[in-house]
Formats: sequence, C-alpha cells, structure tokens
Amino acid sequence: MTRIPLAALIGLFFTGLYFGAAVFAGWIAPYGMAEIVGDSWEPASAAHWLGTDSIGRDLLSRMIWGGQTTIFVAAAATMLSFGMGSILGFFAAVKGGWVDQLLSRLVDLMMSIPSLISALVVLSVLPVSLPVLIIVMGVLDSTRVFRLSRAVAVDITVMDYVEAARLRGEKQLWIIFREILPNALSPLVAEMGLRFIFAVLFISTLSFLGLGVQPPLADWGGIVKENKEGIVYGISAALIPAFAIASLAISVNLVADWVLNRTTSLKGGRG
Amino acid sequence: MHPVIKLVAQRLALGLLLLFAASVLIFIGTQILPGDVAQSILGQSATPQSLANLRAELGLDVPAPVRYFNWLAGIMHGDLGKALTNGQDIATAMGKRLGNTLFLASCAAVIAVPAAILLGLIAVRYQGRWPDRVISTITLATVSVPEFLLGYIAVYFLSVQLRWFPSLATVYDGMTFGEKLYAVSMPVLVLVLVVLGHMMRMTRAAILNVMQSAYVETAELKGLRKFTIIARHAFPNAIAPVVNVVMINLAYLVVGVVVVEVVFVYPGMGQYLVDHVSKRDVPVVQACGLVFAAVYIGLNLVADVVSILANPRLRHPK
Amino acid sequence: MSSSLLEVRDLKIEATAYPPGEAPRDITIVEGVSFKVEKGKVLGLIGESGAGKSTIGLSSMAYGRGGVRITGGEVFVNGNDILKAGPAGLRALRGHEVTYVAQSAAAAFNPAKKLMEQVIETTLHHGLMTRAEAEERAVSLFARLGLPKPESIGNRYPHQVSGGQLQRVMTAMALCPKPDLVVFDEPTTALDVTTQIEVLAAIKEAIADTGVAALYITHDLAVVAQVADHILVLQGGQMIEYGTIDHIINSPSEPYTQALVSVRSINHHEKSGGAPVLSVRDVTARYRGTKFDVLKNITLDLPEAQTLAIVGESGSGKSTLARVITGLLPPSSGEITFDGRVLPADFEARTRDDLREVQMIYQMADVAMNPRQTVGTIIGRPLEFYFGLRGDAKKQRVQELLDEIEMGEGYIHRYPAELSGGQKQRVCIARALAAKPKVIICDEVTSALDPLVADGILKLLLDLQKRENVAYLFITHDLATVRAIADSIAVMYQGRVVRYGGKTEVLSPPFDDYTDLLLSSVPEMELGWLERTIANRKMAAAGN
Repeated sequence: MTRIPLAALIGLFFTGLYFGAAVFAGWIAPYGMAEIVGDSWEPASAAHWLGTDSIGRDLLSRMIWGGQTTIFVAAAATMLSFGMGSILGFFAAVKGGWVDQLLSRLVDLMMSIPSLISALVVLSVLPVSLPVLIIVMGVLDSTRVFRLSRAVAVDITVMDYVEAARLRGEKQLWIIFREILPNALSPLVAEMGLRFIFAVLFISTLSFLGLGVQPPLADWGGIVKENKEGIVYGISAALIPAFAIASLAISVNLVADWVLNRTTSLKGGRG
Repeated sequence: MHPVIKLVAQRLALGLLLLFAASVLIFIGTQILPGDVAQSILGQSATPQSLANLRAELGLDVPAPVRYFNWLAGIMHGDLGKALTNGQDIATAMGKRLGNTLFLASCAAVIAVPAAILLGLIAVRYQGRWPDRVISTITLATVSVPEFLLGYIAVYFLSVQLRWFPSLATVYDGMTFGEKLYAVSMPVLVLVLVVLGHMMRMTRAAILNVMQSAYVETAELKGLRKFTIIARHAFPNAIAPVVNVVMINLAYLVVGVVVVEVVFVYPGMGQYLVDHVSKRDVPVVQACGLVFAAVYIGLNLVADVVSILANPRLRHPK
Repeated sequence: MSSSLLEVRDLKIEATAYPPGEAPRDITIVEGVSFKVEKGKVLGLIGESGAGKSTIGLSSMAYGRGGVRITGGEVFVNGNDILKAGPAGLRALRGHEVTYVAQSAAAAFNPAKKLMEQVIETTLHHGLMTRAEAEERAVSLFARLGLPKPESIGNRYPHQVSGGQLQRVMTAMALCPKPDLVVFDEPTTALDVTTQIEVLAAIKEAIADTGVAALYITHDLAVVAQVADHILVLQGGQMIEYGTIDHIINSPSEPYTQALVSVRSINHHEKSGGAPVLSVRDVTARYRGTKFDVLKNITLDLPEAQTLAIVGESGSGKSTLARVITGLLPPSSGEITFDGRVLPADFEARTRDDLREVQMIYQMADVAMNPRQTVGTIIGRPLEFYFGLRGDAKKQRVQELLDEIEMGEGYIHRYPAELSGGQKQRVCIARALAAKPKVIICDEVTSALDPLVADGILKLLLDLQKRENVAYLFITHDLATVRAIADSIAVMYQGRVVRYGGKTEVLSPPFDDYTDLLLSSVPEMELGWLERTIANRKMAAAGN
C-alpha cells in the first residue's frame, strides 16, 4: 500500500485526538462540567491550564465536556442525514419515474429555504432538547445528501455494466449493493466528512444563538455565548472554542480529501 | 415567442410557485408540528385559562387550512399580523430592520464580489504557484470557522487590542452615511470574510473550467495575447458560471447576516428573528422566515435567468 | 539553419505522469524524431493512439498540450528555430505562419461568437488585411470548401451548423491568414463516412489551390493515402518508417507498417442458408415520450452460427434495434422470436434461460465492466448465476474461458483498469461466452479500438464462432469490418432496412442510391481513390 501523506496524518491525529477526548471526557477532564472552582475569568495557571470561565468553572474541563456534546450531536445528526439521504437518494435513482419526481421536488422545496432559517422557524415551536436538535439538523441536512447520492447513483445506473447486470436477470438488491454501492462509496465517504463539519458549525451556531444545547450542559457554541462579554475586556476565553472548531473542521477535511483520493486511485478505481 | 423569453417566463412562474410552496412549508413548520404550540409558548407552568386565551388569540380553534389562507391573504395586503409579545404591527417593525439588513448586506456584497472575482482570477493566473496556494489556504481557514467566531476574533483583535473599529454596530436615524459606514465596518468585514472564501473558490473553479476548454487552446494557437484570449474568448463564456457563483454566495450571505447581526447587536432582520424565536413569538418568526426565503429564492432566480440569457445556444436557436 | 519550410531535428518531448497512488514522474512521449516538410507538400503523420502524432504536430507551433514539454531537439520554421523564440516570436508564428485544424471543431469554436468573427480574427490580429478584405477572403474560402450559402454562413453561431460544415469552416479559418503550413489533427475522424469523403475532398482541393504545406495527422492510413505526398509512421513516440506515399502503401519495408497496410484483410467465406435462431418480425419502435418512430417495419433473420451485420451511420437506428432485441425497449408493434418461439417484449418478463441465450457485447469495454470487480468475478458471475458453478469448478471454467480469449494465466485477480483496451474487450467477450448463448449482439465492439487491435478481436470472434457455434448480430458503421466477418448484411438508413441479403449480393451492383453512396465513401488503401470516386460522382450527377 502507498504511504499516508503528511497532511492526512496530521488530519488523522487531530481528528483522533478530538474524538478520543470526547469519548473519554469523564476520565480526562480535570474537573466536573458545572463545577465552580474559582473566580470568574482567572488567567491560565497550573491548576487551570486555560483559566476559568465567566462564573469560575475550569475552562479546559468545559471545553472537553463541550467537545463531547458538540461531537456527539454532530455525529448523530450526520448519521441520521446520511442514513435518510442516501437510502432515499439511491431509491429515487433506481426507481425513477414518479417516486423520483416526488422526492426530488420535495427536496428542492426544502432547499429553497436556507437551513438555518428553517431550523429557527421549527425551533420556535419545538422544545429545544438534544433529540429534537439532532432530528431537526439531520432532516434538514439530509436534503444535501439526497441530492449527492441520487446524482452519483443516476450516473452509475446508466453505465453499461449495470445494464449488463439487468439483462443477465439480476435482482434489484444485487444491482444496488454489488454494482452501484461499491462505485458510489468514495464520493459519499468524502461527503460524510463535509457534512460532519457542517453539523459541527451548525450546532455551534444554534447554541451561540441560545437555541441549541441549553445550559448547564456545555458545548463549544455555548461556551462562546457564556464568555462573549469577556471579549470587550480583552479576555480571550470565548476564542478558545474557535480554535477547537476550526482545527477539528480542517482535520476532518484533510482526512476526507485523503479518503477520496485513496479510494479513487485504488486498483480498479473510477478512472 | 422567442424561446429565451418563454424560458425566463417559465423560471419566473416557477419562482413564484416555489415561494408559495415555501410559505406552506413555513406555516406547516410552525403550526402543525406535534405538540401544543400554546403550551410550548407559555411553558409548563401555564394556567388552563391563559392557555385557552392564547389559543384563541393564535386562532388555533380554526382549522389549519383556513388559518393558512387567512395568513396568506393578509400577506397579500401587506399585513403580516401582530407580534404576540408586544402587540406591535410586524410589517412596521420589520420595515426599518429590513432596510438596515439590506444596507449591511449590500456593503458586504460591494466589497466581496469584486474581491472574490479578482482573487479568483489571480489564483487562475498563477495556478499551482504560491499566490494560488496562499489564497487557497486562507480561504480554507475562513470556511472552517463559523461566522460568530470570526466575528469575535475580529472584535478581539481589531476593536479591543487595536481599537480601530467599534465592537458594537449601533445605527440610528440621523446618522450621516459616513457615520453609518464606520458603524457597520466590523460586521461588514466579517460578512466579507464569510462569503469571500466560498465565492473565490467557486469563481476559480468556474474560470479554470472555461480556460481548459478547446476554444481557448484554439485562441492560443492563433497567436493571440493572453489578455486578448481572456477578454475575448474566456470572459463571455465565464459570465454565466461566475454570476451563478455570485448569486449562490449572496444567498449564503443572507444566512450569515443572521448570526453577524447578533454578534454586533445590529438592529436588523436577523436579530429580530433570533429574539423572537427565543420568545416563541410565532407570527414574527413566520413573517421573518418568509422574507428570508423570498430573498433567497429571488437571488437563485436571478442566477437562473442570467445563465439562460448568457447561453448562446438559447439566445440564437437553430 | 534549414532551407525547408519545416524541419524537425531529433525532437524529444516529455510529460509529467501522475500514476494513482505514486509520486509524479517524468515520462518521455516522443524521442529521436526528425523530418522535413517542403513548401506546398503534405506530410502524413500516422500511428495508433499513444504514438505521439498530435504531440509532434503541435510541436511545429512550439505548443505542448497540458503538461507536455518539448525538452530536446530543434524545430525550424522558415529557417528559424521556433523553440528559441520568445513569447512575441511565438505569437507571430502561431496563426500566421502555422495554423491548426482540430479534431473536434465543435469544441474548438468559441460558442459565444459568430463564425466570421472567429475565422478572420487571426488575419486581423496579425494585421495582414483589412476587415473587408479578410471577410471577402473568408467567403471565397467558404465557397471553395463547398459550404452552403458562403456569403451568410459566417453570420451563424457554431451550434447552428452541422459537424461536417463546422470542420470545413475550421479549415477556412486555418487558411484565411495565408499560412505556410497547416496542421490538420484528425480532421475527419469524428465524422460519418459519407460526410468524411466530402470534407476530405474539400481539404485536398483547398490545399492544392492555395499551395499551402500541411501536416496531416490521422490513425487511418487509407485516409492519409488520399492527401499526403510523404508519410511518417510512428509507434510509441518513435519513428518507424518514412517514405513517399507510394512506397508506404505499395512496398512498406518495416513489419509494423506492413501490418498497418494489410489490416482488415481477413478472409471470411460467406455461409448461407440455415435455420434462423433469432428473427425480428415487422418491428416498429419509438422512445418513450417521443412521437417519432426510430425503427420502421424491420424484418430480419439471424441463422444459427452465422453473422448478420447491421450497417448504418449515426442516427440510422441500428443501436436501437439492439435495445429492442434485448428487451430494453419494447417495440410498439412487431415481435422478436427465438428458436421459433416469441420472446416477451420486455426483458423483465423473460425467463432466465431466455436472457442467457442472447448476450451482449458493448462498444466501450471500459464502462461495460464494473471497475470494482476483478476479471474473475466479472466472468464468474454468469457461471454462478446461470449454471450454479461455485468454488473450484467456477475457477477452472473461468480459466478455460480466459484461455479461449487468449489471455492465459494471471489475469483472474486483475481489475479492468489494469487491462489494455483490447484485453478489456476480450474479457467482455468471455463474459458473454460464459453464458453459453446461441446469439451474441455485438454493438460497435471494435470501433473504439486501434486498427491492429480491432483486427485481433475480429479474428477471435470468428474463431469462437467456429468452436462454439454462436451466431452474431454485428452492429457497425464500418464497412471494412463487415466485409471481414459478415455472412449476411442489412443496410439501415433513417430507421429502415434499405438493403438486406447475403454478403456478396448486398455488396455487388446494382445498388440502391444510399448503399452506393455508403459503399463508395469508404476510403480504400490505394492511391487516387479519392479523385476517382469524386470524378465518378460528378459524372453520375451530370448524367442525371
């Protein structure tokens, strides 16, 4: 096998680091999520590596717990949007006809309103809880996955090898799983990375607006909201999640790029 | 009738249809979801009496389709209803805010569009060399940071550390144009950064696509100057894709505005919407949602129409 | 210095290759090529794909496509080494001294500008004539190239004229600035055969009239034999043989050139009679949602273990016929019978055995095989699906089939991307054979391949027919292929069968008009064929 390029290694390292911290938050966070351990906005010290937040909680611990929430919600929403979007997309492509028309027009309609606006409209009447957030984000984002997987699958279903399989008398399931899916996988996996990043940005934005994860539960967008007053006094606590989100996004991007390149250049890759 | 006029008319009709469908979707989103709207507005501690009052006020005792058409009829007459929280007329309250938001967005667009096209051209001209790489790296970074964080980073460094610009974008009647521009400089900067990355990447891709076509090679083999090739052969064919890119990103700006207004406490549509979502003021949320959807659909429509008008195959049919 | 119009000395051209999953590396694509072109002469550059012929042609304008770089040698045009010329010098050369005619005129014209603007652009840019003079010259060139309405065709946009006309407009564009040399890069390859002869004759006449020299690049020796004075044969970026046209066509010395000249000389004795295994009965068909019949009352018989060739140009409906027979497009009337019984019109209603008996081979082997399956899986699947073979029995049978297509050991675990074009098509043949069908439909199976490779595939198909007793329905636009392998022939034109019968009968006079036009348009590997054919046509036209 070929060596993993440096950019992908860096991406893998940081992605792994963030996911690891999220999974093992309970073991590695030095303090509890809502534990008040000092004065507000204490500077960084040996006891509090990143200092404390607006009401004196350990910021590093908040960041680790917050990362857990952010990554969990984003991952769950991504899985939901992928499950829904890709299954419906493949279904529309293989079935064609009115099923395809109906689903595609519905998706067009949903995409005619920006997803943040749709989310705000819906969240104005729904109770804001983690499951509701995951479902709202997942459903809204599944429209993009639907478009991509439908487009990819439509490209593949017109290939002669799919026609050859149909003419051989193969069943629909064989055609979807053996002929179409293996060829659709790499663009979909790369897209999954992008959707995950989008979900992280989305949930952070909602939390920042006060309509996402509710206190005392921590998440990166919420930490910004809690500490934004400090900015004016030159306290950088609110900027720390910025670097966390940006570095996570860039790392996942690097990994997704690498996955896309690696799988397309595999023996027998597409082109 | 000329086929282009027919196509454009079709697109316009489709846009209206889409707007209508979007209004249905917004209505469904706020009215027919599981759970009791009145309950979720007033919270668990509401008394049965206040619940009943609110239901009557929201017209929840009338069937949903009837409520929808009443709402729609109101909008047709410019009546967006009254806010639940303070009883203000929504159309009046929204008017000034919409103006503020459009002012902010157009300032950002005026800077971002030429900058993105220029940077895209530079990236194409020096494709694969250092200017291209620097531009790509910076845009990757700005694309990976959410708008509100970009906003606070800017505030932290430019307002607090360097004290160049105000950290709050306060505008009021009676300000001169110059004062207004100074007041919105920070949110404009952030909005520009938010859309610039996407717009520049997509412009670069669109122009590269045209530059790699066979007719550009033909022009090169005619011994034309690089500038002549770009101006005469690449540019006319790149208009449609570039306009498309610009419109898609201006639509993106509509979303960015919501967050940026909250960051800088700017009295525009976005802040109005977010405030009333937290207060669960459904009529205001519906009205704002519809206005945002209309702007978004409108921009996409312009992109569609421009690409029809710029297509020589449609302009000069066989 | 050099006294020739164009002299190329010891040319070396390199490019950067980006093999998937490996570091980029430089590869040499042309090496040690030297030749001269004198004033007013035509040099043919001939070779298969990858021979470097376009790359060499473009080097006469000091141009490298994509990442291609000229790294060694000298190229003199009118005595100046153009590889040493600066950007200004190159601009003066390109479009003035040397001009270019691309393979696909449809892509090479700017879709947003009128034809006239583009045709006279170079002439004006180099300040050679006034606009009025240039337009006058363009119109006279349009007339000389046989374009309809030469005065007004320049006001049209590229998408408003046909492919054959566009190719002639591009030739006019190249000739307009009165260049010394024109590079023709496969100018007729993308055209139908009856259009090709017209364009070819127009180009030849224009070259003779204007006294311009030309580099004529093509993979088709019969075509270049009609226009060139000298020929340079290339293979893998190296010179194989250089000589006069007479020498190359009539007494080539190199084995590779001999193979190119004798290509398509397969001798196949026509079989006749025999009971039909597959019949098409009065079939009329149209695509869903259209009101136009693509096939009109087609009736044909394919006898057992014989080959029926369906010949026609693009748009004749020949590929649609294949879709009707396989059941992908149920006809609006008529029926398909197999072994005397009527097959259900829709393939989904056919039994597994019905499907097994009629197999299909496609034009593009690339997209006819799942890129994620190995050769073993691709050939093994029909064995498993139709005959329930598994494990060692399946593996053994796959190997037998690979032996039959002359590919031997070591290919079972390869992916399609690791095979050459000819090997891919062989695997597709093996997949069809694995089903033990009585009929195989071959849809343009050799037209994407280089002539020598195509020849190998045709020989293999003939061998297999003898051994396996399989009948072929052979769809093609190429009459040389038809001569090589058909027993009977059906000529299709605009959805109808215009001529049908045994091979000798169909290919012997008296002809109907269309078959005559079609047959006489196929370039033959002999000198003077083009003049003779054009003269015959003019005589016949005058006679009417």
